[in-house]
Amino acid sequence: MAGIRFQSIRKVFGKTIAANDVSLEIEDGEFMVLLGPSGCGKTTLLRCLAGLEHVDAGRVFIGDRDVTDLAPRDRKIAMVFQSYAVFPHLTVFDNIAFGLKMQGRSREDVKRRVERGAELLQLSDYLARYPAQLSGGQRQRVAVARAIVMQAAVLLMDEPLSNLDALLRLQMRAELKRLHSEIKATTIYVTHDQVEALSLGDRIAVMQNGRIVQCDAPMNIYDYPANTFVGGFIGSPPMNFLKGVVQTNGAGTSVNVGESHIVPSAMVAPALAAKTGQPILLGMRPENLALTPTQLPNTLRAHVLVVEPLGSHKLLTMQVGAEFAKVSVPPDQRVEPEDDVWLHFDADKIRWMDAANGEAIR
Amino acid sequence: MRSSHSRRYISSRVLLYGSAIVLALWTLVPLYLVALAAFSTKQATFQWPKPLLPTDFSTETMEFFVNTRGVLGSVGNSVIVALLTIVASLVIGAPGGYALARFRFRGKDTVSLGLLISKMFPTAILSIPLAVAFIQLDLYDTIWGVALIHTAMALPFVVIITSGIFVGVPRDLEEAAQTLGCNRVQAFLRVVMPLALPGLAAAAIFTFVISWNEVFAATILTLRNRTLPAQVLSSLNDSPLYYRYAGGFFMIVPALIFIFLIRKYLLNLWGGVSK
Repeated sequence: MAGIRFQSIRKVFGKTIAANDVSLEIEDGEFMVLLGPSGCGKTTLLRCLAGLEHVDAGRVFIGDRDVTDLAPRDRKIAMVFQSYAVFPHLTVFDNIAFGLKMQGRSREDVKRRVERGAELLQLSDYLARYPAQLSGGQRQRVAVARAIVMQAAVLLMDEPLSNLDALLRLQMRAELKRLHSEIKATTIYVTHDQVEALSLGDRIAVMQNGRIVQCDAPMNIYDYPANTFVGGFIGSPPMNFLKGVVQTNGAGTSVNVGESHIVPSAMVAPALAAKTGQPILLGMRPENLALTPTQLPNTLRAHVLVVEPLGSHKLLTMQVGAEFAKVSVPPDQRVEPEDDVWLHFDADKIRWMDAANGEAIR
Repeated sequence: MRSSHSRRYISSRVLLYGSAIVLALWTLVPLYLVALAAFSTKQATFQWPKPLLPTDFSTETMEFFVNTRGVLGSVGNSVIVALLTIVASLVIGAPGGYALARFRFRGKDTVSLGLLISKMFPTAILSIPLAVAFIQLDLYDTIWGVALIHTAMALPFVVIITSGIFVGVPRDLEEAAQTLGCNRVQAFLRVVMPLALPGLAAAAIFTFVISWNEVFAATILTLRNRTLPAQVLSSLNDSPLYYRYAGGFFMIVPALIFIFLIRKYLLNLWGGVSK
């Protein structure tokens, strides 16, 4: 078991900077998710850790060992590839046994470990088959089994679920979480799927343009996004951002949104007061907005454009002034398109962002 | 509706099998006629109309050919030269193909193009300087020298064929092998090679055919240690018809055996056709 430390990693492909001075520490046994849109550098960072890419600058540590210049096989890692990378010319048994045989283990030892791994991933009935005779989900299990039987201190997963269909992905997601609680290897998991990230990670590192923009526990990332990018990337539908202007007078600090005056919580009021007269963004999660028929303190005038019944809730598309917002309401809420309503929210749930650079104001 | 569908199915089957039969006959009939003449009496070769069945079977013609001085030795030479050529061109060419398939490097396109350009250079022009060079290097009139030339001839094809094969082996598989404890060479030998085997077999067949059939360089560069085509060529013009049939048959058979042996590697062996 071992922690991982990225120290000022830089990796450039031609003119693209895939990793720009990235530093990250991952604790022993932690499940860390690298999340971001495609091209943000998350896979590159993983491959730098695996030794499949060589860093242009910076150091990589696994435990106390500096592994920056080591070959993949000397790093004591195991990896699951996005394409599964199951060897087509070997049976399931030989696929899972591949790494164990390379370690020079005895025949009985290999057999015992392969059978244990196959059992964990429900592959015991398929050991004699070739990958071509398996379904996509089974091949994916082979890839996971092959990695975990190595009992490496560090387990790397590169979008392991992205090639599965939706239902299978849901099953495997829970299974991976169970597996991690069982084997407790330090795990780095790369994905562009924010639901996977929220569901699996002990912590999530959100990446954008080769940098980590926020690294925190899933619910902190969800509730307190560090900037508009994180707020917009995490959550489905994403966070709403409405424009406002900060105003300070004798009564205190408030923010004008259209004709409404929103009074911020006392916590952020001083920080907002410093931005008096400047434009600002109000970040609001769709589920933190509620409809009321009458105007209350902290309400916004809104016009219902679209109503989508989604079973567990209704998703509304609203026009607020010149802007649009998504609102999630209970399924039994009576609401029709073209209704004019008031949007109510708790001032504590608003995330204030600087309109100029998108950074959160706290 | 249903009957017109099945009629179309039947006609497409007929077309398929018809074409296959025509293609097979195209190859098999000449082979059969050569074999027939090679195993008939000398007189039967000149009969007209020719009997299409072996009416007077005889090994007389073959015996005559085989016992001609130099023939057996030249067959041995041909086999050795072909095998040497296969080994050398795969050992040199496959890594070349691998490099073209896997790595990006300066001058990569020039190298690919250069391989083809080398094939545009006629051997006839090279032959005299080559003979001189080989004499100086003590390679003249040796099977090593012939194998060297055949390797040079086959190499561009081997590089191009194998690079096509290696491109088809996903890089992920090699990387997976590396994370599972292989170094680059082990990953190549344990994962890439087995997957590339069908293509390597095709390259081997191709190389064999090039070497087995090559007559010009073999004639120029040898005197006593001739390969079979060179041997046959030198005596063909002065020999009777039945001798030529026997020679032709003898040229064909080893090639057929070789292709038959290596044929199974052309097929994918792992649990049927993979996607």
